[in-house]
Parts: sequence; structure tokens; C-alpha cells
Amino acid sequence: MTGADIREAIVDILSDIAPDEDLGDLKPDIAFRDQLDLDSMDFLDIVMELRKRYRIQIPEEDYPRLASMDSTVQYLEPLMKEIQKA
Amino acid sequence: MYDTIIIGAGMSGLAAGIRLAHFDQRVCILERHSTIGGLNSFYRLGGRNYDVGLHAVTNYAPKGTRRGPLARLLRQLRLKWDEFGLAPQVGSAIVFPGVRLNFTNDIERFTSEVNRSFPRQKDNFQRLLAEVIDYDQLGTGRSSLSARKIVAQIIDDPLLVEMIFCPVSYYGGAREHDMDFGQFSILFRSIFVEGLARPLDGIRLILKKLVRKFKSLGGELRLKTGVDRIAVSGSAAEKVVLEDGAELVARRVLSSAGWRETMRLCGNVDGRNRSPESSLSFVEAISVLDREPRLLGYDRTIVFFNDSEKFRYKNPVGLIDLESGVICSPNNFVYNEPLAEGMMRITALANYDRWAALDGDAYRLAKLGWYDRMIASAVRFVPDFRSAVIATDMFTPTTIHRFTGHERGAIYGAPEKRLDGRTHLDNLFICGTDQGLVGIIGAIISGITIANRHLLRV
Repeated sequence: MTGADIREAIVDILSDIAPDEDLGDLKPDIAFRDQLDLDSMDFLDIVMELRKRYRIQIPEEDYPRLASMDSTVQYLEPLMKEIQKA
Repeated sequence: MYDTIIIGAGMSGLAAGIRLAHFDQRVCILERHSTIGGLNSFYRLGGRNYDVGLHAVTNYAPKGTRRGPLARLLRQLRLKWDEFGLAPQVGSAIVFPGVRLNFTNDIERFTSEVNRSFPRQKDNFQRLLAEVIDYDQLGTGRSSLSARKIVAQIIDDPLLVEMIFCPVSYYGGAREHDMDFGQFSILFRSIFVEGLARPLDGIRLILKKLVRKFKSLGGELRLKTGVDRIAVSGSAAEKVVLEDGAELVARRVLSSAGWRETMRLCGNVDGRNRSPESSLSFVEAISVLDREPRLLGYDRTIVFFNDSEKFRYKNPVGLIDLESGVICSPNNFVYNEPLAEGMMRITALANYDRWAALDGDAYRLAKLGWYDRMIASAVRFVPDFRSAVIATDMFTPTTIHRFTGHERGAIYGAPEKRLDGRTHLDNLFICGTDQGLVGIIGAIISGITIANRHLLRV
């Protein structure tokens, strides 16, 4: 999956986790936490949806890397390089 | 082999099941009763549907609210707000001799009522609200301190303190007289800051949605399937043995049956005995009316009453305590259409041991006699609806125990909660009223939280 694919996958996950949020305006370089009303349970769901949908495991110490869209894509690119887009 | 076996198809078990099934676990929920719901179930009698336990759902938040327990659980369970069909309350009241405090789902209304009746407490009440609203469940500090002590330090009119503790105790107090300030804050917020609501069809609607969701995700539900014991090997639960002898294997077991019952199931006599039993239970007298209570001059949703200045929340000496109680009319919510019939529900504190000591005929007679006394007690505070009654039902502490298995008819669990949900076994966890939060919303959040914390991480 390319960076763009990953971006799309994350938006898809976010829209599942937080359906009331307007994701059209999401700024890629600002932390999710500062733009969306997500709590710690929601954040955990991002990790778990990634595991469920793409079978990738993210260790707990890496959770802070998923702070913003840019940092998330950057972190996931090497992990998801070989994965086919759904 | 299952990933997780859940004991109990009540609110917490179903919620946990949904979380696990959503993330592709093989889950089986075992329920010994013929129907789901546990402490918040429903039944049919004489052609009518009755809710067990439900007066109102607390923690109400209007559609579109992003924060708070209701929004959180809807997101976690991937449900839409509309699916619970919550209609907000019309308005409720706390009634003590000489003082009446009305409240709605708007905290400003309650605040102005408090200011009207207790003008000297205006600033104090604001401070209490600030403390309660700021209280963070995850924080430490004041959480395990006595709520009675802390509130009395902020509100210096004892009558107002008593009046506040009445609804908060009746809607979540597991212990006589007092509770943790943390619990108090959560319950106060859930009733007064957020609010009360009810689906038109009652608890059935919520339960149906949860079960449907669970099954659609591939979850397995087995009714009339009681657990005989949990077989232990070393420090782990190895198998769940059913009452019919069948053995189920799972990586992990989550029990919503209650702490003491769970310890009994895995043969941990020590663990069971070291944990104090709950001492509080309730009766409820249900009256079906031939008209809407509104037409009899009663338009309140819930009335919490006490017939003296001191509110005594304790195990009664006799069968039932008539000094205080909760009067609920399921009709008085803002529905799109009226309920088919009128209904009044009266709840009071009851002594489990005394009810359990009554044999068949004595028990039936006691129910009849006490139904009358409970209604007579209630009509001191609401219009007399007795001439409009066309059907009645009553449940006692032993009813609660019989249908839910919860010891001594406890509806709010053990006085001491197991917040981390862990047991002495590596792969056995608990959720529900003994874990932490109580009530419908509380139990759902408990199931979700424990599933997230212990069962979803690899």
C-alpha cells in the first residue's frame, strides 16, 4: 500500500470509530487528539482496527507514533508496504 | 476452543461480547436463565411486558453529544444513538418533609431549585458541582474517601446533604449509608448533570440491539446454559464445565456472575469468604393502570421520597422499609407516542434474609400485604392511583436472586469493587456490578473496559 492508500485506510478506520466527526477537514500534521473528540479508548481502537483489517501488530511502546495522520502514515508505510489494498 | 467464554448475558457480558466479536474473537456467552438481561431484563406476565430493574437509563446525552459515557459506549459498540431510542424524562423530584427539589436533564434547573430552597448553599452547591464534574475516574486522591464526609464539608445544610444522597444511593449505592466519593461523583453526574431517559419499548429494545449486534458479529449465545464450575489447572482456568456436564475450552474466561459466585465456580473458597457480601436489596411493587398517570394528576418521571429529615439508606430491620422509596412512572418520558397502558413502579429497601426465610404461602401473603403498604406509603407523595389499578406484580430480593443468581438479591454489587477486573487466575476476569460501575450504562461500560483492558490485547 502506498502512502495515499494508507491515508485512506486511516480515514476509513476513523470514520468507523468516530462516525460523528467531520473528517473532510482533517489536518495531516496536527495531532488527531487536537482535532477530533477521541478518547483513549478510541485510540486503542485505531490500533485494533489496523490489526483486524491488515493483520499488523503495533507494540504498545509505538502507540505515540500514531499521533497525527502524517506521523501515522510515516510509521505504517514500511509495515504495510507488502499489503494489498483491500 | 473459544478465545473467550463469557459467563452471563447481562448488559456487561453482552457489551464485552460485542467488543470481542467485533475484533474477530471466537466468543461464547453462557446464560443460565431462559432470557438475556440479568439485572436489567424483562419478562411477560398476563400478556404484558415488564422491565426488570429499569426505571430509567442514566447518563442521558442528546444525539450528537461527543463526550460522556453514553457517547463513548455507542462508539465502542459501533451503535448509532437512534438505536437505543432514548426518550428523555419529563421531570423528577426529590421530596422530603417540607422541601421539594425538582430536577430535569438540565442541571441549571436543579441548581435553581437548590438555590430557591437553600439560598445559603448557593456557592457551596456550585463548588460541589465543580468537584463532581471535574472528578476524573482515572485519578486518585479523593476517589476512595467517604462521600458523606466530603459532601458535608462542602454543603453545610444537613437537609440538603440528605436530599442529595437519596437519589444517588437508590440509583447506585452498594453500601449502607455512604459510598466512595468517586462513586458519588459518577452517580451524581449520571443522574443530575447528564440525566434520565427511557426507550418507549423499555429495556427490551436495548437488549435486542445488543444481542443482534453480538450475533451479527459471529458471537455465540447459549441460553438455559448454566455453568457448574470452572476447572482450574495451576494458575489458569482450563475449562468451563456446564451444568449438563459438557466441557468448553477457552483461552480466557470473563465472568459477570459476581465476585463471590465466580470464586465459588472456580473452587476458591478463601477468595469467596474473604469478600464481604452485599447487604442491600430491594422490592418493587408494579401497578398497571387503566389510564395514563398524567390523567390522575401525576406527571413526574421519578419521585425520590423520604418521610423524615434524615435519609437512612440501610438494610431494614423488617421486611421492607417504608420511610423512603422511589416512585417511577414509565409513562412520563418524552415519547413520540404514549405507552399502551399506565404504570407506576414503587421501589423500597428490603431485607433479603427476612424474605428468604418465608416459605411458599407465607411469602405470597407477605407480598400481597406489603404491596398494599407500599402503595399506601407512596400515595403520601403522589396522587392516589389505586382505583385505576388493573394488574399488579411485585418482586422481592429473593426474586432477584432467583433470576440473576446475584447473591442476596444485590443489584449494585459488592460494597468493595474489583476495579482492575482481575482474579487469582491469569486468564479469568470479572466485569459487571462487582467490578466497578453499576446500572445499565455503567454495566455496559464495565464490560467494554474489561474487554479492552484484558481480553483484546494479545
